[in-house]
Amino acid sequence: MKKFGNFVANDNLNFEVYEGEIFGFLGANGAGKTTAIRILSGLSESTSGEVIVAGYNAKKQPEQIKKNIGYMCQKFSLYADLTVKENIMLYGGIYGMRKALIRERTDILLNKLNFREYGDRFISDLPLGLKQKLAFSVAVMHEPKIVFLDEPTGGVDPITRRQFWEMIYETAARDITVFVTTHYMDEAEYCDRISIMSEGKIVALDTPVELKKQYDAESVEEVFVKIARPGNTPHPTPISSRGEGE
Amino acid sequence: MKRFLGFVKKEFLHIFRDFRTLVILFGIPVVQILVFGFVVSTDLKNAPVAFLDLSNDEITQKVSDKICSSGFFRRGETLLNYNDIDKTFRKNKIKAVIIYEKDFGRKLISEGKASMSIITDGSEPNMATLITNYITAIVTDFNRELAGSQTTGKLMVQPEVRMFYNPSLKGHFMFVPGVITLILILICALMTSVTITREKEFGTMEVLLVSPLKPVQIILGKVMPYFLLSFINVIMILLLSWLVFGLPVKGSLVLLLAESMLYILMSLSLGILISTVSKTMQQAIFISFVGLMLPTILLSGFIFPIENMPSGYGWVAALMPPKYFIIIIKNIMIKGTGFLYVWKETLVLTVMASAFIWLSIRKFKIRLG
Amino acid sequence: MRTILYLIRKEFLQIFRDKFIGKAIFGVPIVQMLLLVPAVTFEINNVRLCIIDRDMTTESRELVNQLEGSTFFKVRFATFSEQEANNLLHRGKCDLVLQIPPGFGKETGIGNPGRILVSVNAINAVNAQLSWAYLNGVIRDYNMNIVAENTGSLTFGSFPQIQISNRYWYNELLNYKYYMLPGVLGILVLAIGFLLAGLNLVKEKESGTIEQINVTPVKKYHFIIAKMVPFLIIGLIDLAVGLIIGKLTFNIPFEGSIAILFLGSAIFMVAVLGLALFISTFSGTQQQFMFTAFFFIIIFVLMSGIFTPLESMPLWAQKFDLINPAAYVMRINRMVMLKGSTFQDISRDIWSLTLIAIAFTALAVNRYRKTA
Repeated sequence: MKKFGNFVANDNLNFEVYEGEIFGFLGANGAGKTTAIRILSGLSESTSGEVIVAGYNAKKQPEQIKKNIGYMCQKFSLYADLTVKENIMLYGGIYGMRKALIRERTDILLNKLNFREYGDRFISDLPLGLKQKLAFSVAVMHEPKIVFLDEPTGGVDPITRRQFWEMIYETAARDITVFVTTHYMDEAEYCDRISIMSEGKIVALDTPVELKKQYDAESVEEVFVKIARPGNTPHPTPISSRGEGE
Repeated sequence: MKRFLGFVKKEFLHIFRDFRTLVILFGIPVVQILVFGFVVSTDLKNAPVAFLDLSNDEITQKVSDKICSSGFFRRGETLLNYNDIDKTFRKNKIKAVIIYEKDFGRKLISEGKASMSIITDGSEPNMATLITNYITAIVTDFNRELAGSQTTGKLMVQPEVRMFYNPSLKGHFMFVPGVITLILILICALMTSVTITREKEFGTMEVLLVSPLKPVQIILGKVMPYFLLSFINVIMILLLSWLVFGLPVKGSLVLLLAESMLYILMSLSLGILISTVSKTMQQAIFISFVGLMLPTILLSGFIFPIENMPSGYGWVAALMPPKYFIIIIKNIMIKGTGFLYVWKETLVLTVMASAFIWLSIRKFKIRLG
Repeated sequence: MRTILYLIRKEFLQIFRDKFIGKAIFGVPIVQMLLLVPAVTFEINNVRLCIIDRDMTTESRELVNQLEGSTFFKVRFATFSEQEANNLLHRGKCDLVLQIPPGFGKETGIGNPGRILVSVNAINAVNAQLSWAYLNGVIRDYNMNIVAENTGSLTFGSFPQIQISNRYWYNELLNYKYYMLPGVLGILVLAIGFLLAGLNLVKEKESGTIEQINVTPVKKYHFIIAKMVPFLIIGLIDLAVGLIIGKLTFNIPFEGSIAILFLGSAIFMVAVLGLALFISTFSGTQQQFMFTAFFFIIIFVLMSGIFTPLESMPLWAQKFDLINPAAYVMRINRMVMLKGSTFQDISRDIWSLTLIAIAFTALAVNRYRKTA
């Protein structure tokens, strides 16, 4: 399988992500998740190392990368003073989609989210859960190769979180790679593979099942607590990201 | 009270930690006073004048030389015919054209009179008036010299002039008071209205409102640091105008500072009032900047004297708070008069400040209620 | 190219979504223009005089009459006490004190120079200069009369005399509105465009929406241009409305080509917006931007030559005005509207302004970073 993302921010952050997988990026607050995701999506520049996203070098071809990724950040960032439809129209336009196509996708999108009646509402009037689902839909509307989600479900109720993850699965099923950071450990169980970050380093990377086995834990949460507790040096050797392939 | 002081301290820290804003806040008045003290002037000097000399004899050259050596004018283009006049004016190369009629010198000697005309660029009315008057004066002088050789003595009424308060007609006597007035009201109104709307826009106002602080305390706490900042600004400006422009405070410094405090208070209350009517920072900035800037410059007597305004404008100007402060500042600073001369203006400013505060409190209560 | 259109559409939507701003960008300039333009004038028609006539002769009364007869002066007070006169000047009750010492009539009667003393309140130097000039004009006329009387039956030609006539071109009656309107319009458009465009960009930074834009393949210059175009259009509409109102209410002359006027203003707007956006790339919060904008706008405005002539400024200030877009637009507006200057006449200004516009815009595009 072809390598999809390749990321070396420093010697300690070295991993690959595969096409169509849901890659969970875990870590305590301040572990460097957001920095990593900002570098991958081209919002920040890495000081050293090599970043390849969607087959393009982040230093040399940042704009090529941007055509092929979607991004949804922690802080909600659609335009609050525009309506749902206007936001969709704007981002569709920015990604160079034809007007007819934008309309068609808008319809599908609104139907899928049971959003019909919200089309002409201002974003600022929507409840948080709807906002997040909308932001995600907009982020993948142009069918990117990979989408980065930075704590997409922060502050959202459990039911909406569940629905949100269904959307993530659907997206991955369309061969869109999903790169998601979270600190809800139950969400980590839904990922194909997860990496756990601590103090700017990746200290574990594998499928949830494997990790639980390695650390002799019941849940990912337990794994996380074992690894990420301060002063706790993880006992298995740090995982090389040069993935074994799947 | 302790809670309130804590809040004020927090607000202070908030402002003083932002180094850039601080630099701007103190830098603006300093730079602006310096720039305007040196730049803004209406003196006539070296205005380019073109000559259309249809005679080109000894006398016309003498007159031209006299005009150009006055220091007020310098020789611009030399024109050859009437059509050139419009062309050069349109290029903005000259301010005035002087035309000597044909056979000027010969006529003056044989017929005893010769005519010249001054054409000025009326698109700048001030300049045009000044230039016409100056040239006329120079030529009248020349006439007198001519006459002097033939008639007995001088027949003229000679006015002696004393320019009071500002003998050398310096622009900054006008501009220092004006700039203080302008900057204080704009900065104060802007700062307060924007900090308060910011809290509204970002939703942090609610947090403050549910705190045990009273709304009045919240507003006071927000405004207090700016009061102090503005006061420091006043002192800096006064120091500058004294040290750099030699414009000392002739009257009582204490009175002037007290009046400045009143004016700052009025401006801050205006800012609070603006914040109660604006929903976003953009709106607040728009009202307190675009809304206040030109009216303050133009209607307060800063540059254009209120007496010259058409009838009816007395009322409009009477509504402009800066008008009163300019009168106060000019009186105390330049004329050196005491409180007796400015008590009316002081009263008006006090009433205005109270009115703004009263209106804000009412608006605030309505919104909360 | 299509991307830019989507972005521009979004900016327009956002500007007009704020009901207040949507109205204010047109309402405020119109109201201020109507209110301010007629108000400002140096036309002196009301210099308040205080007369101290210590001479009380026909000659002195003749002089006072002549002053009263002129449209510029109003004799408000007459007194014999110098102290009282000075007091009136002090309290701002009169602008000018004219003192005619005893013996004035006698001296002029026998052909000697008659002295008079004039005290002017000179705090406002412009006003003082102008009223002094007017007073001189009246005195000159008075002198002429004396000369004529004294030389009496002798023909006027008994001694040579240069006769001066003068005319004001382009604005014969020295109507101040013609002078102020193009300037006030320029400044309003400057302030609105500068503030709103800059705040707009900073607001996107503050609220984080710019992040979402930055991860898209939008080109830097697309983004900057999209921020400029709406305010450029709004500015030009403001200008058009202002001109129409100026024509209807003040009968402002339009000597030159409207197209050139708009061309000049459009380039001016680009320069202003470019600078505003450049500054906004440095500013983290709307407050920071606001203060920087405040600084620039006030300096641009007061140094633009709208109130005081550029020629009277010191050389360094005139040099600074080479990069002050407001100075250019002030000149261009007045030249084109009042004097009918053609493109040829103002081409130097136009090219310089274009250069400034390109430079500021390039700086803005360059400084705007899609990565933090």
